Amino acid sequence: MSEIIRTDVVIVGAGPVGLFAVFELGLYDLKCHLIDILDRPGGQCAELYPEKPIYDIPAWPEISGQALVDRLMEQIKPFSPQFHLNRMVTKLERQADGSFRVETDEGEIFETKVVVIAAGGGSFQPKRPPVPGIEAYEGTSVFYSVRRMEAFRDQDVMIVGGGDSALDWALNLQPIAKSLTLVHRRAEFRAAPDSVKKMFELVDSGGIRFELGQVTGLKGENGQIAAVKIKDSDGEKELPATRMLPFFGLTMKLGPVADWGLNLHENLIAVDTEKFETSEPGIFAIGDINWYPGKLKLILSGFHEAALMTQAAKRIVSPGERVVFQYTTSSTSLQKKLGVQ
Amino acid sequence: MTKITFVSFDGTTRTEVDAENGSTVMENAIRNAIPGIDAECGGACACATCHVYVDEEWTQEVGEPEPMEEDMLDFAYDVRPTSRLSCQIKVRDEMDGLVVHIPERQS
Repeated sequence: MSEIIRTDVVIVGAGPVGLFAVFELGLYDLKCHLIDILDRPGGQCAELYPEKPIYDIPAWPEISGQALVDRLMEQIKPFSPQFHLNRMVTKLERQADGSFRVETDEGEIFETKVVVIAAGGGSFQPKRPPVPGIEAYEGTSVFYSVRRMEAFRDQDVMIVGGGDSALDWALNLQPIAKSLTLVHRRAEFRAAPDSVKKMFELVDSGGIRFELGQVTGLKGENGQIAAVKIKDSDGEKELPATRMLPFFGLTMKLGPVADWGLNLHENLIAVDTEKFETSEPGIFAIGDINWYPGKLKLILSGFHEAALMTQAAKRIVSPGERVVFQYTTSSTSLQKKLGVQ
Repeated sequence: MTKITFVSFDGTTRTEVDAENGSTVMENAIRNAIPGIDAECGGACACATCHVYVDEEWTQEVGEPEPMEEDMLDFAYDVRPTSRLSCQIKVRDEMDGLVVHIPERQS
């Protein structure tokens, strides 16, 4: 078992609002660990629209999603936040002393006085293709990622998609699979040209079967697929397969947050507008994931929520201590923390 | 104002809306609460949940998807030659009377 990480604040989600929370909390000496399912900070800004300009960040007439993230990372640097990426928080429990125990799917354990949920639209998870009845096969013969390559050895593997995940796994699993079929709806691929070239070489040598078409249905029983129905320009046909890997990109799901016993409002976490605290004292929710009357899903609203949340978080972490509100323009102590004094 | 008609996937409901030039077909669907257009990403061409089929009569006027949109269509369900992402169709005068069909489901 890994060592327990003790901290003041665990922030779930490293999007713009989670990042700015590090700044506000840092001004009050609260140390933060951030956990995010993506492999880099920035959330939707970095994942969905890194190059899209945003026009409603105060004082930035135009800034791209990635530039905003880069600036925030620069701004919070003095507070040395610790990032735990490629991880999902699976468990959140209150302990006898009122603090929280947070666990991730990578086995890390955190003990923290405050939890800030800044999970935006939820966690990015593989998109389930809208194939009727696919749920019945998930986890047994239909997978959205490859955790263990051995699970595909000597299987009739079908990979669906035209991006890097689809092509990379087609090339990696081809040597150990009994057969490998790649299904994509068109002859163009988003994947790296080199992978596409290698794939077509394998098609020519008979190592990979390439099918132009779209998956419309599955056949099988007891969680085990036997064949996949493919629709192409000539109609529908069935191809045998014992394992399927659909790669249809990512979508956002609330995920385990829904099981933490917090009051929800239509899949969003209900909070008050003084502290942005959830129905569980000590657990806050800021940014797109929260709801209160009048809520707008704007990055700037999330920044405001982070500032107000911090006042309440400080009182939990340092009970009895007077919380002094100061300005970064004039406070020498804040400037010291920012490393500019 | 340019008129756009949204046809439900089973063909039973036709909703005509007034669309401003320069707006996207997706925005008009959302503004008029057309069922079956999710537009999860809010128009960033990043999710493929505003997929529509452009009526055969209109495909030439509306045009072909850009490569980025074509890539994103890989994530849509039951993609056809007339498929477009409605967030990438900008309304103009020439589209007055445009008809788009909503797919059975978004991905």
